[in-house]
Amino acid sequence: MAKAVDIKNISVVFGTSKQKQAAKELLDSDLTAAEIREKTGATVAVRNLDFSIKEGELFVIVGLSGSGKSSFIRTLNLLNKPIRGQIFVGDEELTAFDAKKLRQYRQNDVSMVFQNFALLTHRSVIGNVEYPLEVQGVGEKKRRETAMEAIKLVGLDGWEEHMTFQLSGGMKQRVGLARALTNDPELLLMDEPYSALDPLIRRDMQDQLLKLEDEMDRTILFITHDMNEAFRLGDRIALMKDAEIVQIGTPDEFFDKPANDYVKNFIADVDKTRILKVRSIMEKPTYVAKKGDGVKETLQKVKENDMGFCYVTDEKRKFLGYVRLEQLQRSKGKTIDRLINEDDTVIYRNAYLREAWPKLSEAEYDLPVVDGKGRLRGILNYDVVVDALADQ
Amino acid sequence: MTILKNFFVEFPERLIYDPEARIARFIDWAGDTFAFLWGAIRQFLLRFADITHAFLDFVPWSVFVVVLFIAGWRLTSWKMGLLLAVLTFAIGMFGYWDNMLLSLTIILAGVIISVILGLPLGIIMSKSEKLEAVMRVVLDTMQTLPAYAYLIPALMFFGFGRAAGLVAVIIFALPPLIRLTYLGITNISDEMIEAGLSFGSSPMQMLFKIELPQALKSIAAGINQTTMMAVSMIVLAAMIGAEGAGRQGVALILYRAVVGQRAAEAVVAGFVLVFMAIILDRLIQGFTERFDKGGE
Repeated sequence: MAKAVDIKNISVVFGTSKQKQAAKELLDSDLTAAEIREKTGATVAVRNLDFSIKEGELFVIVGLSGSGKSSFIRTLNLLNKPIRGQIFVGDEELTAFDAKKLRQYRQNDVSMVFQNFALLTHRSVIGNVEYPLEVQGVGEKKRRETAMEAIKLVGLDGWEEHMTFQLSGGMKQRVGLARALTNDPELLLMDEPYSALDPLIRRDMQDQLLKLEDEMDRTILFITHDMNEAFRLGDRIALMKDAEIVQIGTPDEFFDKPANDYVKNFIADVDKTRILKVRSIMEKPTYVAKKGDGVKETLQKVKENDMGFCYVTDEKRKFLGYVRLEQLQRSKGKTIDRLINEDDTVIYRNAYLREAWPKLSEAEYDLPVVDGKGRLRGILNYDVVVDALADQ
Repeated sequence: MTILKNFFVEFPERLIYDPEARIARFIDWAGDTFAFLWGAIRQFLLRFADITHAFLDFVPWSVFVVVLFIAGWRLTSWKMGLLLAVLTFAIGMFGYWDNMLLSLTIILAGVIISVILGLPLGIIMSKSEKLEAVMRVVLDTMQTLPAYAYLIPALMFFGFGRAAGLVAVIIFALPPLIRLTYLGITNISDEMIEAGLSFGSSPMQMLFKIELPQALKSIAAGINQTTMMAVSMIVLAAMIGAEGAGRQGVALILYRAVVGQRAAEAVVAGFVLVFMAIILDRLIQGFTERFDKGGE
């Protein structure tokens, strides 16, 4: 369901059409955005961005205000029209949509959460959450049901008949999130959603987002100016400055190889052990056996990969346990089902390294990393963790 | 030297250009050429006024008083209901009931037609920058012109009578409604508009599900202003027979009393008009505050 997003050489320029044309010619020059502005009068908000967001990824763009991040996120539902370049969502080219297709795309495939909530003040909570479905023409009964589900998901049940001005800031943004989820979008755009909230609420909201993100399968683009927030949430992060991307990578990569002094400064205040999540440094397991697999083929794979043991999951990738090499060699059975050593020493992938550390330091081998539904998502290696933490 | 002096000090006679004849020709031309149009508008306005009057006349005075009491009570408080009922009753006691209905007819008909015209105009103005520029000039001009000026075009094309009176009232009362509709729509925050668009709303959905509901407060304020303008215009409009030829509404009685220097009559008629204004204002205020409670 989630879709990948390909951004190909996207630029956004603001100004009169004449100014924009002049600025467009200079996008590939060596002039800085400020110099182009001086020369043409046009504001280059986004300049030659070229990268991909993987499907199901929680991608964060971080930067100071005026860096172009909010202008950029608005190109992904064409609230801002890029002056040049292409955007692909899945294998459809967003930048080539006509008005009708664009409306369909906005109705079904994408939704947005806004910094100042942008709730419709003339409607109740449920009236807001229903809105995207109403626009689609969904019938009243179905609409209410779906909206109630979303309201429950964000923990606002009981508040559905309240008017929005009766809610606190944190609750308002939950309504914003619920509204963005009702049309079940493949791509969720979040434009500094928590910046207007106070720090404690913000933390709750981040945790809620991570929990929700874990349970559903969709691509999320998240904008923030707060580096701590970026590292807490992001699978990968892009740092923007003056309309361009300075560095793009996993949180770990930012600490390992900051591209320049600007990046170093930006991450200087970030406490790594609190920020780095298991998911950002976990590795893909070399080989995973499924329940019901034959002993012979499993043994062969394990030997091939030079492993001492291998993890076993069920059909739906739910983590079950492991089988050791000796077990496989000694076994006379047909399938590996009876050999599985059940193991509950697992690490939740959204845990921070600090939380995972005690378990890891006691374990004798790599630990399995699971998501909220217990599905095996990766493995955590002791040496890799030590490495990641050591260079601070 | 003297020639120059004569030329630049006293305005030279040969530069005086007499526009009257041309304007007279233009009026004749416009009157003749679009006679069918003026005729149709006149017929429509007269029908509208007739229906409004017939309705007001049909309602017994006692029902009037009770309805106003309940409306005031529901919208604000029982005290407000009492005030409205007492004022209405007083108009009857002054012997002005039927005259009041004649004036009220023009005010109500004028306001209703103003809303029918003003809402779409305000909406279109908020959608088109070019139209906005034109309308701004027109509206500014309309609001700076003295109220008497509105009688002229009305008389020119519709002659003496109720149609002309209605036209004068409508032209005078329309600008605030257009302006406040426009302001209500353009003042909606960018983010809310973006939110509407980001969920794929069509232009019509944007208008009816977001823009108009959000502008409702402003529009209600516009209707209130328009009503008050109509009340203030009714006295002037009565001069050209707004309340109907051969009939005397409150406004015409007031006008004649002032011109004839009959102070006592002028005071009573004046009070009746003020009562009408208070009743209308409180009713609409009550509605407006209802909307206020819904928003932030």
